[in-house]
Amino acid sequence: MTLKVRIIPCLDVINGRVVKGVQFEGLRDAGDPVEQAQFYDAEGADEICFLDISASHEGRGTMLDVVQRTAEVCFTPLTVGGGVRTTDDFRALLLAGADKVAINTAAINDPSLVTAAARRFGAQCVVVAIDAKQVAQDRWEIFTHGGRKPTGIDAIAFAKDVVARGAGELLVTSMDKDGTKSGYDLALTATIADQVSVPVIASGGVGSLDDLVQGVIVGRANAVLAASIFHFRTYSLEEARKALAKAGAPVRVPF
Amino acid sequence: MLALIDYGSGNIRSAQKALEAAGARDVRVTADPDLITRADQILLPGVGAFGDCVANLAGVPGLRAAIEARVMVDGVPFLGICVGMQLMAEMSIEFGTTPGLGWIKGVVSVLKPGDRQLKIPHMGWNRAEPSSDCQFMATWDGPQDVYFVHSYAFRAVNPSEVAAWCSYGEERFAAAIQKDNLFGVQFHPEKSQKAGLLLLEEWLKL
Repeated sequence: MTLKVRIIPCLDVINGRVVKGVQFEGLRDAGDPVEQAQFYDAEGADEICFLDISASHEGRGTMLDVVQRTAEVCFTPLTVGGGVRTTDDFRALLLAGADKVAINTAAINDPSLVTAAARRFGAQCVVVAIDAKQVAQDRWEIFTHGGRKPTGIDAIAFAKDVVARGAGELLVTSMDKDGTKSGYDLALTATIADQVSVPVIASGGVGSLDDLVQGVIVGRANAVLAASIFHFRTYSLEEARKALAKAGAPVRVPF
Repeated sequence: MLALIDYGSGNIRSAQKALEAAGARDVRVTADPDLITRADQILLPGVGAFGDCVANLAGVPGLRAAIEARVMVDGVPFLGICVGMQLMAEMSIEFGTTPGLGWIKGVVSVLKPGDRQLKIPHMGWNRAEPSSDCQFMATWDGPQDVYFVHSYAFRAVNPSEVAAWCSYGEERFAAAIQKDNLFGVQFHPEKSQKAGLLLLEEWLKL
């Protein structure tokens, strides 16, 4: 037997509510995160991801409560990201019930945070989220602020650097593809997956089950993340597992 | 009373909630040696580096001695999860060597799946195959996929003390350890949905 490809439903959360938009704009309310997480737990999600996109400090406090309530009812690995700046932010989320913490802007502004968090909590819980846009053939740049702000940093070089600093996993989101339902940026995902030793999660752009399949087969991702296809019940996790299995990807059969 | 050892390592809350969901009635999250010497069961979680976990364990005066007295002398059921299992080994070869509790003969060393495509950490759901005499996976009805997150594995000297195996590339390593009242799982039962809760339920009955 072998390690299974992980299927990860992702919930974008603002002020304690799930939202989903197109390229970070036009957000729609999609319910209570704890209820949604319970639904995915029952469906046999391999992991669940919460991304807190609240702008305010209050919104982030609400997120800790959401994580706590989720950990009481879901026995599924939980990754939480959004607004994490310090190792104390890591600790608060881990104590609330997160298993892994995703950092994005903070890893760009202060790469030493990756090392500090990996030393304190273990590399396995440090996920670096990379939001990238294609700027030329085979070249992607890191963007922040929901894809609005360029940083001039090469995404591939950055990926290798944060892994060297102790990141245990990379969550690679194509800002070109996010919300478009046209599939992952497979070249971006595969390029990073081939150059780092840690697992890579493909993210951004899933509209069909075949997009998940392509993420694994062509993008060589170890895990596939999607939001709206699962939220709006376009597809079930069972359908996703079947599609991946049919394409020859190892998937879990829940107990 | 079940003592869930809080020595500053990782996500204790998830373990506590899973134990409660599996039927544990009196779970105390504690590092208090007095309480531990009265525990009926002891669970040692652990994430991160082996060396840090050993240091944290040594950081609370009387903690290690209390656990050892209760587990190795009084013989109460012990369960170590992830690094909590690895700590039962004689030593870890991580950054240099670090001595462990030395309860079970063996060392902890890095996973070498032998294929660049196979990522480290070994992260995600993989199959745990219980040995025929494995007690605490009795209700599993065969091998099950469970959630692993680790880069190191417990190399037990005595293969009969390996209660379940897992394969990753060229690696075949201990998914679980069992020796008398000592139990350990490399994977995370508190994050393995139904298979994990069933395992905890069985262990609680021992």
